[in-house]
Order: sequence, then structure tokens, then C-alpha cells
Amino acid sequence: MSENTLARTTHLAELEAESIHIIRETVAEFANPVMLYSIGKDSQVLLHLARKAFHPAPLPFPLLHVDTTWKFREMYAFRDAFVARHGLKLLVHQNRRALAEGINPFDHGSQKYTHAMKTQALLEALAQHGFDAAFGGARRDEEKSRAKERVFSFRDKHGQWDPRRQRPELWNLYNGRVDAGESMRVFPLSNWTELDVWHYVLRERIPVVPLYFAAERPIIDRNGTLLMVDDERMRLRPGEKPTLRRVRFRTLGCYPLSGAIESSATTVEAVIHEMVNARQSERQGRLIDHDEEGSMELKKREGYF
Amino acid sequence: METALQTSLPLDVQRLLDEHSSRELLRLVVVGSVDDGKSTLIGRLLYECDGLFEDQISAVKKASAKRAAARTEASVAVPPEVLASGLRAAAGAEEEELDFSLFTDGLKAEREQGITIDVAYRYLSTGKRKVIIADTPGHIQYTRNMATGASTADAAVILVDARLGVLPQTRRHAYIASLLGIPYLAVAVNKMDLVGFDRATFERIGQELADFAYTLGFEGVRLFPVSASRGDNITRASARTPWHEGGTLLGWLESLPHQRRLDNAAFRFPVQYVIRPHQDYRGLAGQVASGTVRVGDEVQVLPSGRRTRVAGIDTFEGPLEEASAPASVTLLLADDVDASRGDLLSHVDESPQALQQLDAMLVWFGEQPLDVTRRYLVKQATRTAPAQVERIHWRMELEDLAEVPAESLSLNDIGKVRLVCRRPLLADPYRDNRRTGAFIIIDALTHDTVGAGMVLGPADTGARGAVEASLISSAERRARLGQPGAIVLLPASPDAASRAFELERSLFDEGRHVTTVSGDVEVALALAGAGLIALVHAEAPQARRVLRSEARDAGVAWLELEASEDAKQQVERVLALGENAK
Repeated sequence: MSENTLARTTHLAELEAESIHIIRETVAEFANPVMLYSIGKDSQVLLHLARKAFHPAPLPFPLLHVDTTWKFREMYAFRDAFVARHGLKLLVHQNRRALAEGINPFDHGSQKYTHAMKTQALLEALAQHGFDAAFGGARRDEEKSRAKERVFSFRDKHGQWDPRRQRPELWNLYNGRVDAGESMRVFPLSNWTELDVWHYVLRERIPVVPLYFAAERPIIDRNGTLLMVDDERMRLRPGEKPTLRRVRFRTLGCYPLSGAIESSATTVEAVIHEMVNARQSERQGRLIDHDEEGSMELKKREGYF
Repeated sequence: METALQTSLPLDVQRLLDEHSSRELLRLVVVGSVDDGKSTLIGRLLYECDGLFEDQISAVKKASAKRAAARTEASVAVPPEVLASGLRAAAGAEEEELDFSLFTDGLKAEREQGITIDVAYRYLSTGKRKVIIADTPGHIQYTRNMATGASTADAAVILVDARLGVLPQTRRHAYIASLLGIPYLAVAVNKMDLVGFDRATFERIGQELADFAYTLGFEGVRLFPVSASRGDNITRASARTPWHEGGTLLGWLESLPHQRRLDNAAFRFPVQYVIRPHQDYRGLAGQVASGTVRVGDEVQVLPSGRRTRVAGIDTFEGPLEEASAPASVTLLLADDVDASRGDLLSHVDESPQALQQLDAMLVWFGEQPLDVTRRYLVKQATRTAPAQVERIHWRMELEDLAEVPAESLSLNDIGKVRLVCRRPLLADPYRDNRRTGAFIIIDALTHDTVGAGMVLGPADTGARGAVEASLISSAERRARLGQPGAIVLLPASPDAASRAFELERSLFDEGRHVTTVSGDVEVALALAGAGLIALVHAEAPQARRVLRSEARDAGVAWLELEASEDAKQQVERVLALGENAK
């Protein structure tokens, strides 16, 4: 293993070394960092890299799951099993007020819902614990405004991102200085592509949620988006009846907002094979990205990851 | 819950993975003036290398049509040659024509204004390479972003508009690319379709820029006649330039040597972080900046100069016998020598320079001009030190590359400066080592990154390097005050300031000369140097770390109070510090 990775500097080995450097740099420069954990494949890779970075010591920061309460049941089960098995410190934060108000993806629309349950919840959690740096698994190849992100992305006292005021970022010299109340979002996977992530999952034998692999699942087809009926809270429209279809997910989020794709890929290898031939981008199934042109940029300005 | 993995793979998947994993990474920066077609060129490269997905393409198709429609409405005032220039869609004739720039200009303001504001990164996979493309803005206002994209690049593509020829901004970009040490340069003479693929035009422009580029010291310069909007000589050789024998841009990208191998360079290991899970394990974590280290190698810890051997190279997968750049590893040393973040390990016979006064090339990014009377912070490798730009040797006039006298550097200026650092940087000249020769300058007040520097070497001080030294020794000061100067750091807490003042009162009542400072490193060191006990309450971990290492380097007595101690214990510890040192 080690000889493979270090004797030849392939792009994956170089990306790994770069990411570990970024993670260590963050821990060295900040008083109270946290790693955002969304249970997806990118989170799993990020966490794996973090464990490598501080081996044999335990992670010097906790994980934070911003929980909308609408994730797939399999995600919650995976999260709890994984955290227990590796003895990780996990914080779970929910926007209690929004929950009490009954904010949900059906009545309030994806924009308002996302703002309350993800953006607001995240900002609440960061403020409550006084985190001054937060790792995220976002990659620049995901979306056009992500392509503009720095590795160290400065946020003001309100957690907001201003693309015009980004700090120049040269070489591997990251400027981690912030004043009290300000914070940094740190993206160690910036230079990874979706294919790199899957290839790394395969190479490192990183466990991921089974929803990434094809299985028969109860599905409704809503205007071409395949939604999984994960529990009884799903609101069916007149005429909609779940049918079992062989699908998997390329990206995982809240189940009423995550589109599946028809697939027969049941292993990481098959997923990679399918992806190389795929003609749709990863986020195509993400309903929240398509609210309007530039919607990711707007969310990020407000404090969304 | 967790997915078991198959061990045997279908043959084609295995081949695919092998191909994917054996590719090397190339970092490319694409630069040019406004409207030279950078975004279009990159969009075209992605499109033709299958780097785009159908939903992305259909989104761009929609946006292209929208934009075209808007242009049709406004087209009364648009001159005919603009309409012809790849905006055929505006005439409604070719609605399917894609505006390739829309694949890359991702910010709303960029789409609205049709320009690229900020550097964006794109990922291209060719048969032989994984390429990270930095798409950088050409506008003079955003030169700092061009430098950002160029700092890590192995190769640069400069676009020139065939109708306009070499512009001052083109020369500026070539100069910055060379300054940042990019070895390979391609000149893409774009919009050849608008000059009828005229060979003479191409050769005139190409020759002018190539002559200029060679004087800048590039290892290789290649010229390509292209049309980004139509796809000539990007990934496919163009039938419309039969006279061009230089191949395609993609062919060039795939043929470039991989630059990141620094196997033969001197071993450099900036210590990033100390890993200490228990008493028996003390690992120095970091990324090998250059060269190779093996178990058993004799190394020195700088700046202390203490020598020891590498007892082990540790990774998550287990121990290694050797590690080369750019691996991130953890080194275990044979002796328990003091080494911490900001220190650097090298082989004993290949030391970097410890530079306190150095000459460097500087690109200024700050909205406020460089102020030679102000203190800034310099971050180089893993070390951050207060520093002052003591002198500007000259500023480069990019119009004609003349070196002109200057009192200051303004936004986007480039100049040669003398930097004086509070603590020595462990550096190499940038031309020898892009990792240890680079630094950034941070404004200590705003925390903005205001400059990027490249080390040239020790300051050429001549006779004027003599350090002004006080005629009073620190021993004399100690004797006069009856106490040693010291820095005492209070634990970080919301009420650290008031706790500091209470402690100050108690110590004063005990007869000590004591004062309280917030977190200014300079002030604390000056006070301690004058024999006072400086009580420091600093929140920011960076300030605490800088203080700690500054005090260590300056040989000033140092005490860090614990949050668990009560006020009485704290007073006693500070008093004990005085007793021992007297």
C-alpha cells in the first residue's frame, strides 16, 4: 500500500498529500475547528483523510452533523454505526425553532426549507460552539460558483461569503487569520473530482452509505425526478403511487429533495464504470441547485456550505 | 451496514482504474487580456475532452439562447464585426451555437458583465493527464488573482487576440508567469477566424511575444494559431491552418514533462504540527516540500541547528523507509530534540538559508499601498513572523519592464524589496525551490493577504547592515530593576483583560515592575526587553503562538498561566519566575 502511494506521485497521491496538508494547517492555525459531516461519500473521504493526518492520535476536533431530520433512514443508521465503531465525537445540531414551526420541504418549498434547516442551522451551531474553522467536503467541480471557492474561505461575523472580497491564495500558504466572531470554511477536497473521490473510496476501502449502490427502492416519478419514499412523511400527489425500481443515488441529501438514477451498479467498481459513461452531472438530481440560475451562489453568500 | 468490496474486477474496469491512477497531475494557468477568449477556450477544451455533462450543456444552451436574444434586441448599436465574431447566434441563424464562456463564468456579476472576475478552477481529464486549470481574470484590476492561479502552475497559456496583437497586459502576464517560476509557456493567438487565418498575422504576433518571452527565461515557448469559439487547433488540428506544424494545444499539454518531481532537490520538511497522543510518541507532521528523506538520515532541526537522525517515517498505513515530495508524512526523531511548528528539517549538509534580512520580488495586492514604516506578518513555509519591508529597491514598469525608483508599491505593482523579519525565515531562493522560496504578506490589522513574495537571497546590505544596539545590557537592566524581564501569557477567556489587571495589581503590590498588554507581540517583547514583566492577554491562537516562538528566539523569560490555577497560584508562579532568574 504505502509503496504504491509514495513511490510514484500519481495525481491521487498528490491530491491526498495536499488535502492532509490543508487539514493539518487548519488545526495548527485555529483554536476551535470542527468538521462538517453530512454522511455522504465526500464526508467519508474527508474524514478518512483527517484520520490519516493525525494518526496515531485521535481527531483533534469533533464532527458536526447539521441534521434537517429529513435524511434517509439508512444515512442515520450508517452515521451512528460508523461513529460508534471509530469512537468519533459527533455533535448533531437541528434548528429547533424551525422544527417547532413545522418547516418542511413540502409546505415551504426547497428554498425556504434549505435556508432554515441547513443554512440557519449551520450558522446557529457554529456560533453556539464558537467554532472558528469548519471543514467541508465541497469540491470545485460540483458547481460553477464552487469553482470560485478558495481552499480557505473567509466568512464574516454573520457567516457570509463575499466572492469579491476573497483573499488571494498563493502556493500552499493559507492565510488563517480571523478576528473574534469571524470564521473560515476550509475545503480540503477542493481539487478532487467526483471520479477521484470514487477511485479513492475504492483504493482505500472507505465505507459509504449503501444508498449509493443500486437496489430495488420504492420510487415515484415526479416530473422526471425519481424520488424515494423513505418513510410515511412523504406527501404523495394525486395519482402518485410508489413502485419498486432499481435505482441508486449519486448525491445524498434530504430524501424528498434527492433524485435517484436508474442503475444496476451494486459495487464501487460498477459505480465508477457507470460514471465514466454517464452523461449527467452529479448535482443534476439536486433539486435545491435548480431553483434559479446562480442559486448556489446566493445560498453560499448567506452562509450555506 | 458497510459495503463489502469485491476483490476481482471486470477487466475493463481494472484497465480504466489503472489508467486513471497512473496519470500525473499538471497544473495549468490560462491568462490573457479582457475579451481575449480565455473562458471560451477553457469551455471548448472541457467540451471536446468530454469534461462536461449533458445537463450542464443544456443549461448553457438555454443561457446562450437567452443571451443571444438579449443581444439581438440591443444589436442596433453593435458594429457588424462584433456580430460576426462568434456571436452568430445573435442573428438568430445558429441558435444551437454554444457560448462556451458560459461553462466557466460562474458568478452572477460575471455573467451580467460578461467578464471573469475571480480565478476559477476547472478539471480536465485527457488520455494521459489530469489537468487542473486555473481560469484567471485578465483585467488589470484583478492581477492579484492571476498571480494566485499562476503560483502553483506548471505551465501557462497566454491568449492574444489576433486582431489586436501583443498588448501591454499580455507582456505583464508573461512577466508574472516567469516571475512565479512557470517553466512552460504556450501562446495561443486566438480569433484567427476573424483575420482569415492569415499566416503572416500569426507569425508577426507570435514572433514578437516569443522574443519577449525568451528574454524572461522560459524553458519552452510554443505558438498556436487558434479559434476558441470554432475549435481550431485546440484538440484537433485545423484544416484552415495547413501552414501550422506545431500541433494542437492539447497535444502540447500532454507532452509537457511533469514538473512536480523534486526528487533531486534538497530535502526540506517544514514542521506543521506536533502529534503527541501519549508520552512515548512524538511525531513531527508535515509535507515534504522537496527532496527525499530516508530512515537513518542525519538531519538538523532549524533554526536551533540541533542534529539527530530520522528514527522512523510514520503514516496511517504503517511505517515507510523513505518519503519524497509532495508526501504528507510524520517523522520520528532519534533524540528528543525540541522541534515545533515553524521549524524546518533538512539534511545536515544541505541547509537552507536562515534569512532575517532578505531581498525578494514582491507582488502587491493590498488596496492600501505598501507602507515601509508599518509592520506586517510574513508567512513562509509553516512559519509566521512579524516583518517590515525596509526598502523598495525598484518598481517594475510593466509597459517596458524598466526598473524605476519607488517609495511604495500600489495595488498590482511588482517590485524588488528588502524585507527584515523579526525571526529568520528558513528559505531557499525561489528559483531553486518554489516551496521554501515563497511567502505571503498579511496585514496584521485587517488580516488581508496583501502581498506575495519570492525570495532572491540574503539582503545585499553592504556597509549599512550594522544593527543598532543599545549600550545598556539586559543584565544591567535586570540589576537596576531587581527582576528579569518576562512575558506572562494569561489563559484565553472572555474576561482575560480584567484578570490581567487584577494580577497586575497583585504583582505591583509585591514590588514588581509590571504592566499589562493586549496581544501586540512587538510591545510585549519591547517591554520584556526593558526588564518589565509583561502580562499578555491574547485571544487569537496565532498571536499566542507567535508570542511563544518570538520569546523563545529572543531568549526572553516566558511563562504561560493555566486556566486551572487560581489567582494566588498565578501570583506565586510569576514571583517564582523572578526568584529563579535573579
